[in-house]
Amino acid sequence: MTAMTDPQKESFRLSMLLNDTRYRSYTFQFIALVALIAAFAYLGSNLAANLRAAGLNISYEFLEEPSNYDINQTLIEYTSRSSHWRAAVVGVLNTLLVAFLACVTATIFGVIAGVLRLSNNWLVRKLMAAYVEAFRNVPVLIWIIIIFTIMTAVLPAPRDFRGDEAEASMVLGAFAFTNRGVYIPKPIFEPLGWVVLFVFVASIIGAVLYRRYATKLLYDTGKLLPMGWPTVAILFLPTIVAYFILGMPISLEYPELGGFNFRGGIQILGSLIALWFALAIYTGAFIAENVRAGILSVSRGQTEAAASLGLRPRRIMNLVVLPQALRVIVPPLISNYLNITKNSSLAIAVGYMDITGTLGGITLNQTGRAIESVLLLMLFYLLISLAISAVMNVYNNSIRLKER
Amino acid sequence: MKKSVFLGALTVAGLAAGASAAATLDDVKARGKLNCGVTTGLVGFAAPDENGRWEGFDVGLCRAVAAAVLGDPDAVEFVPTTGKTRFTALASGEIDMLARNTTWTFSRDNDLKFDFVGINYYDGQGFMVPKSLGVSSAKELDGATVCIQTGTTTELNLADYFRANNISYEPVPIETNAEGQQQYIAGACDAYTTDASGLAATRAAFENPGDHVILPEIVSKEPLGPLVRHGDNEWGDVVRWTLNALIAAEEYGVTSANVGDMSAQAGDNPEVNRLLGTEGNLGEMIGLDKDWAKRAIMAGGNYGELFEKNIGENTPIGLARGLNAQWTDGGLLYSPPFR
Repeated sequence: MTAMTDPQKESFRLSMLLNDTRYRSYTFQFIALVALIAAFAYLGSNLAANLRAAGLNISYEFLEEPSNYDINQTLIEYTSRSSHWRAAVVGVLNTLLVAFLACVTATIFGVIAGVLRLSNNWLVRKLMAAYVEAFRNVPVLIWIIIIFTIMTAVLPAPRDFRGDEAEASMVLGAFAFTNRGVYIPKPIFEPLGWVVLFVFVASIIGAVLYRRYATKLLYDTGKLLPMGWPTVAILFLPTIVAYFILGMPISLEYPELGGFNFRGGIQILGSLIALWFALAIYTGAFIAENVRAGILSVSRGQTEAAASLGLRPRRIMNLVVLPQALRVIVPPLISNYLNITKNSSLAIAVGYMDITGTLGGITLNQTGRAIESVLLLMLFYLLISLAISAVMNVYNNSIRLKER
Repeated sequence: MKKSVFLGALTVAGLAAGASAAATLDDVKARGKLNCGVTTGLVGFAAPDENGRWEGFDVGLCRAVAAAVLGDPDAVEFVPTTGKTRFTALASGEIDMLARNTTWTFSRDNDLKFDFVGINYYDGQGFMVPKSLGVSSAKELDGATVCIQTGTTTELNLADYFRANNISYEPVPIETNAEGQQQYIAGACDAYTTDASGLAATRAAFENPGDHVILPEIVSKEPLGPLVRHGDNEWGDVVRWTLNALIAAEEYGVTSANVGDMSAQAGDNPEVNRLLGTEGNLGEMIGLDKDWAKRAIMAGGNYGELFEKNIGENTPIGLARGLNAQWTDGGLLYSPPFR
């Protein structure tokens, strides 16, 4: 029996907190934490004391009261009799709408510009470089105002559409481009129309399943099914058939000039368009640089190896380079999406009623509850940003290098 | 930005913590300067001139208070505030008084804990439309797009007015008067609404003012006046009675030109004598000396002089006295007696 004695346990002494490198970092972190908490506690108690001295209090009761103001773009039902809380929700939805549209568009712009910056064509390469440098280096607020000003100054006012010899006319009789926004036809669903929509959604799922099946068959047996035309057929044929069998239950409502404005159809506000495109082209320039960096990070050997296997350039890009590049592209992409969401608070410059415009603007002004509103605003942005991060991190995990 | 405003508010709250709420008059005297909140620039009411000197109707009141308290109409630090920052600035003690086209409302007075000390301009909300629209009444504006400055009471009046008349509209919120002007001229909105005085000032700046009409409806009462923090009654009285002194001075014919002579010795009118300190000791009662009102009037003239010089009919703004005439002339200006 061999007796191994443990090394004698050194008893913990207080001085080790400073002298022992194992504990020293904890000591400093603890001190920093206490200092931080103390600082915030001081600011908080100061605030509370001052509010009390002024006879004010922190109260969120105002959220229940009628807002008394109108909002020009509401995705949910809202009138001036609705509560401040509902106005805030309208604002959140408007923020999310413009953020979503801008994220999608910025990604498209960014990927195209990023890939084309590596093009062999000198002109294309330089054009894309010019785009990136021009848009990345001018503040986004300026772009928002430029686009909005150009829209209001260049596009005709609705009254120019009036009369027999109108100065402006609608495109294809269905689209009206005015300085108040763009009016497009609106689909009107009769009850059976929803069935058609359902068929279309089912077709999309069907097309995806078919492509999965074809890929699996290719990998398992080597048999190559045609991909292109069956996908198109699955997508559209059932929908078209259903549309006619059910007696054309979907119609379009065209915008028409009535009174002061166009009526009917869907109005896309000029402020939304300006904000959307400004955010998209601005952030698109940053994304382009990420995409370029991602592609360049894939070693040239990979491309050459794929080429020596006989893959065509498009397949090399799709199957070899992009999957590896995505690992570099996605993390900064998340922060770009967050930037878009946060930059959308510049909406007030063009009068787009996002959360900063409703809760942080009009509600704050009308109720005078500045501290409450700003705290709530911070919370909203924090939650939205964390949600975007969470979703994008799931995606990031799904494409990262799988170590087997 | 939101964060910095918040932290700024915290910092200001922290800095002001030492100053107790009830001694603004002493603070101003000790500082030797009056911190007066004004607009960021509305010609006629408060805007810096080409030399950078603040001028205007509201500015005149700030200078009068500074003259009454400190003896120097230039001992004023003008703090430009926006519709959003004005109340925070006053509540936190960053400014001693706010003279900024602010409408006196119940909730601002009570919920926000301010004291409106009087009314220096009786205004009301109106609409301006291009003549070519052929609109003659605000009730015909069904479906119109209306430009409106956000963060103002006009926003609420607009919603109320259209709802009460059961007509629809689309609001286009804008941040500043200049932006509204630009949108309106470009035809991005059919109508522009703000206080009637503001509409007149805006229309005066157009190339062809005649192409635009101000509709007859005045849809709200907008009593604009200076305000101070609630709870410091001594300071509130100083500002209130300085304003009253300017109004009373006009009523009794005391102007910046003759105030020197009139205050040299007691005259026939005992009210004027008490106002100018040649009789009684009204100044002491509000913590000032007997010449306070004389200095306030000398700073920029009485109420009528301030009005004519800054926004009257001979200025580009071109406002008539209307409701803002003395009660003796059929207006609403009425100063309580000085006795």
